[in-house]
Amino acid sequence: MEEKLTLFKNRKRFGIEKNIDIIFKNTALVLSSFVAIILLGIILVVFFQSFESFSRYGLKFLVTSEWNPVKDEYGAFTAIYGTLVTSFLSLLITIPLGVGTAIFITEDFVPKVFREIIGSFVELLAAIPSVVLGLWAIFVMEPFFRAFFVFLHNFFGWIPLFSTEPTGRNSLLAILILVVMLLPIVTSIARDSLNQVPKKLRNAAYGIGASRWKTIFSVILPAALSGIMAGVLLALGRAMGETMAVTMIIGNSNAFSWSLLSPGYTISSMLANQFGEADGSQVSSLFYAAFVLMILSLVVNIFAQWLVKKFSLKY
Amino acid sequence: MNSLYYQKRLSRNIGDKFFTSLSVIFALIAILPLIFLVTYILYKGGSQITPELFTLEPNPPGDDLDAGGINPALIGTLIITAIASIIAIPVGVGGGIYLAEYSKGGAFSRFIRFGVNVLAGVPSIIAGVFIYALIVSTKILFGSMYSGLAGGMALSILMLPTVIKTTDEGLKLVPNELRYASLGVGASMYTTILKVTLPSAFRSIATGVVLGIARAAGETAPLIFTALFSYYYITGFGDLFYEMGSLAVLIYNFALEPYDAQNKLAWAASFILVLSILSVNIFSRILAAFTEKTKRV
Repeated sequence: MEEKLTLFKNRKRFGIEKNIDIIFKNTALVLSSFVAIILLGIILVVFFQSFESFSRYGLKFLVTSEWNPVKDEYGAFTAIYGTLVTSFLSLLITIPLGVGTAIFITEDFVPKVFREIIGSFVELLAAIPSVVLGLWAIFVMEPFFRAFFVFLHNFFGWIPLFSTEPTGRNSLLAILILVVMLLPIVTSIARDSLNQVPKKLRNAAYGIGASRWKTIFSVILPAALSGIMAGVLLALGRAMGETMAVTMIIGNSNAFSWSLLSPGYTISSMLANQFGEADGSQVSSLFYAAFVLMILSLVVNIFAQWLVKKFSLKY
Repeated sequence: MNSLYYQKRLSRNIGDKFFTSLSVIFALIAILPLIFLVTYILYKGGSQITPELFTLEPNPPGDDLDAGGINPALIGTLIITAIASIIAIPVGVGGGIYLAEYSKGGAFSRFIRFGVNVLAGVPSIIAGVFIYALIVSTKILFGSMYSGLAGGMALSILMLPTVIKTTDEGLKLVPNELRYASLGVGASMYTTILKVTLPSAFRSIATGVVLGIARAAGETAPLIFTALFSYYYITGFGDLFYEMGSLAVLIYNFALEPYDAQNKLAWAASFILVLSILSVNIFSRILAAFTEKTKRV
């Protein structure tokens, strides 16, 4: 008995080792809470900086589009409208293209090697910096589409969306470059969720005589819908916050216009353009706009996460 | 008997053909511009590359035809990305260790994981706005306003979620038997983590972190009003506290100049940026695929 106890005594940890263990655990704890601190810090800082503008203009800020540092009148309607229009319209184009591409690379139309090459190529494109896309948009896309825009205006000018004479950079170009940016996101997430649909479902559908596309539309797509939706929402969040490519090509004008062929503004491009040189209550108004952008993207992101949790595949 | 054979004119077969061609067309519409984009950037940028590019300062726009080089921006990008990594990697790996190894799925860890996802979705320009309010406008860093240090901090906010997530997920893939074995022979928790679990998850964590760094290197929005831009060589440690150029901001500034010489410099900078980001991506993907094959022993 006596002997055994001394043995155990030797096997006890040293006090210093115990302390290191505790310190290590608590350091990790503190480091992980940094995320929460930064997130709350961002929300609080942006909110308090925008407080002056918020108390002066209130919600009127959201619906007026005067932006006049000389008269100290600020309203961000043009930018908010631009943010929503560019992100939603670009998404509208991206969804069929992205999901169509994802179906193309998950079905067996072409050999597996090709599909894998296409898949990883699309993923690589997500890594191209947006400022480079902006450069490309200015020097390649804008001249390429110029004639097409003139055509759009000449034939569909009676629609308010195309009612202005196209002159260089405009909102439609921003939408198109956003499509290029969002395609990799939507395609790769849609592909992953299509791949996760169990093969059993497909075989069952084929077994009762459904054709390929009947199977895709009635079985595969509904089963993958939650994942695809989440991907679409993530892309929407990205589109709203996207700054560089849009700033470089949208033309940056605060004059409100229904037309997509006229220069526009988004919240992030307004920030990128004006933040450096702003002073006085303009800074506070810019923070207010930043706060609006943050709330928009937070809502979209949280909704996407909720959707994933709520409707994730259960088989 | 005839009904057993494939009939072209059956409405379902016509529909199938239609949708198949539609998906091929969509895929082509999606992929062709992307191929064109990459080859154009590499071709147009690659044709601007000269040895002087890497050694000269850029000339201010307008005064002469020669635009100079991109040396300060290249070095600046390396420095700013390094600062961001120095901040984000320890914090992120530490946080990931807590989530994967210590937390028991309680409210706190669920909140942190949620926060990581939300932070990953915060627009990058908001990170710039935040650092501007916190550091640039308050001159809290020894009285300096715009600085490479502030730019690095803004980038670290964008890197942090990626690092935490890859650490968390990489550690979760380590089989529990390894932990039991280590704890069973009497190792303490931190020895187990540092000597057993972290090393066996090292490759997957490293891949994720490297991808995160590559993404941060191309970010522009957080830098345009934190690090700003500089035309001059970076000569010493003190330059950290002053405006610092970066490839991304150089592309932004010079793309909008009306002068051809500056535009060409922007293309050259794009070439270098895209080529390095793509090669890092391809390399780490190959490494990850290799790891996946060897892991399942």
